[in-house]
Amino acid sequence: MSAAVAPSIPAVAQKAPRRRRSGPGRKELIARSVVFAILIAIAVVYIFPFLINVATSFKTDAEAAANPLSLVPQTFTTAAYERLFLSSDFPVWFKNSVVVTLFVTAGRVFFDSLAGYALARLRFRGRNLVFLGLIAVMSVPGVVLLIPKFLVINQLGMYDSYSGMIIPLLADAAGVFIMKSFFESIPPSVEEQAKIDGAGVFRTFWSIVLPMARPALITIIILSFQGSWNELTHFIVSTQSPALTTLTKGVASLASGQLSQGSQYPLKLAAAAVMTIPVAIVFFIFQKRILNASDGAVKE
Amino acid sequence: MSVTSGSKATTSRRAAIAGREGVAGWLFTLPIIVILGLFLVVPVGMALWVSFSDWSGRGSPFSGDVSFIGFNNYQDLLGGGGLAERDFGISLRNNAWYVLLVVPLQTAVSLFLAVMVNRAILRGRGFFRTAFYFPSVTSSVAITVLWLFLFGATGAVNKLLSYLGVNGPNWFADPSGIVHNFLALFGVTSGPAVLTDNTALGVSYWDWLSGPSVAMTAFILMAIFTTSGTFMLLFIAALQNLSGETQEAAMMDGANGWQRFWRVTLPQLRPVLFTVLTLGLIGTWQVFDQIYTGTQGGPGKTTVTPAYLSYTSAFSNQEWGKGSAIAFMLFVIIVVLTLVQRWVLRERGVSRRRMRAYLPAASETNSSAAAVAAVAEKKDEVR
Repeated sequence: MSAAVAPSIPAVAQKAPRRRRSGPGRKELIARSVVFAILIAIAVVYIFPFLINVATSFKTDAEAAANPLSLVPQTFTTAAYERLFLSSDFPVWFKNSVVVTLFVTAGRVFFDSLAGYALARLRFRGRNLVFLGLIAVMSVPGVVLLIPKFLVINQLGMYDSYSGMIIPLLADAAGVFIMKSFFESIPPSVEEQAKIDGAGVFRTFWSIVLPMARPALITIIILSFQGSWNELTHFIVSTQSPALTTLTKGVASLASGQLSQGSQYPLKLAAAAVMTIPVAIVFFIFQKRILNASDGAVKE
Repeated sequence: MSVTSGSKATTSRRAAIAGREGVAGWLFTLPIIVILGLFLVVPVGMALWVSFSDWSGRGSPFSGDVSFIGFNNYQDLLGGGGLAERDFGISLRNNAWYVLLVVPLQTAVSLFLAVMVNRAILRGRGFFRTAFYFPSVTSSVAITVLWLFLFGATGAVNKLLSYLGVNGPNWFADPSGIVHNFLALFGVTSGPAVLTDNTALGVSYWDWLSGPSVAMTAFILMAIFTTSGTFMLLFIAALQNLSGETQEAAMMDGANGWQRFWRVTLPQLRPVLFTVLTLGLIGTWQVFDQIYTGTQGGPGKTTVTPAYLSYTSAFSNQEWGKGSAIAFMLFVIIVVLTLVQRWVLRERGVSRRRMRAYLPAASETNSSAAAVAAVAEKKDEVR
């Protein structure tokens, strides 16, 4: 029904703005300007903190305290970055974050799409049970798992190792659902052809269906990257040694003053800025997809 | 199964395919099942056991020297009369204020942003969406570090306030509650005996009503800053799914912009509203990263949250049973509040009070109201 109605809608929609454009009422013009001004003001509030963050990281300690609002350092210095990269554990933290993020992202893409495909297409006994189990698991609030995760990781002898940091993060129920709903949108006739040609289930999945799922895969990559790069609690409960400290854990310890004396805001803010850069890059590259896809990611 | 016993070639081939699919199905989902089972399901069971035990963190929680102590851990927290009870009470107080302020404010702010950004004629929508969403993608640790600086004694916020002639507080070092501070403006510095003499969970009623501390208020502002972007996207998606026809109809009826939003748009947004409020409730009861990175519960324990208390009880004080018990009570709080909210926001069609407005002459019997409500709902579906 809606399909039949649809064609007439654009015609109506097109007409209205054209009429408006030819002569916007004065009242409307004012209203529009007010909305615009309000939005600009709010946008400044949202962006300004990040500008201050970057600006302060190039200031001296004294100036950071004296001029917290200025966006241009009076004496421009890269001392904070030099200290961070040359005489602290920061590079180790960075490396650990990169390693964990790469493995977690790769693993999630593979496992989530495998399971998503099975739930969308393969008929097997117990499928509904698996599906319900995933939903139930998704609704467990993460904070309840703080202690339990440590208990299991410890029991399995994975505490304080890369495997303990990576393996528990490899599966992600939300990602499975994203993949599942995407696979359901692909017409089954595509795979039938492959099946008739005698391709096995895995072969069909791997070389026919998976390449078609690129948009969904990119969404999973972005979400996993963001999630594991920003993850803190899991690393707190699964590691202990300085050699395995990730950026989140390391910068958190910097913030609470464990490694430094005094406030040293430029140093801390430089660390915060560096850890934000990779996420910011991914965000700005995939901006359109992120802004449009996150509504699908948290589907009710 | 009957299919497998079939002797005809076709059925057996179908069975073979189904069998192959069955094996593949389980193989494909096995990694997810194993990982989630091992690191989500098993742990919850283990922690439940620990919450009923006196495990001290050494050795296995299932070894012989760990004993079952029933509800002792829970009792200590809920009525022990000691420090454990008081700390738990304080953490609940802190987090309750946080939830009470963050959930409505972040919902309102994100809805406001969505409605503004969603205007068809607005230029630069992409820019605004990006600006509002960016804080949501950055890590909570990085934002907390930034916040500690912005709200420091000599930070940007206090500098701004000084331009307005206001002497800003030392945000993250100020344990005073904002409701108490507000009352102090009117000379009320101590509560009536009814409130100060009676306690719940070791915390006096007067202290329950203190409001969030100034330090917690900074965290509240931070939560709104970082989450409003995500929820804005949910609202925008929902707004774009609304048909313009209902709006036009309302316009024909002479409803002004405010009435159209309040009476037409908002009721249609109910499902998203439910999602946003639920996610908000679940999220705000789990504040951890910010506290761990920032104040570590200080000043004066006013930013201790149950999540943080659960962590410190177990990992710092080696009271694993208590830590697990706190985690489970938090779990129960979240589940119960979500159910309550589901019940409050359940689909009810049109309320009877409102029905009266539509049907001034009609009898107010239940059945006729229900019938009209049903029709109204049908109409809503058809739209």
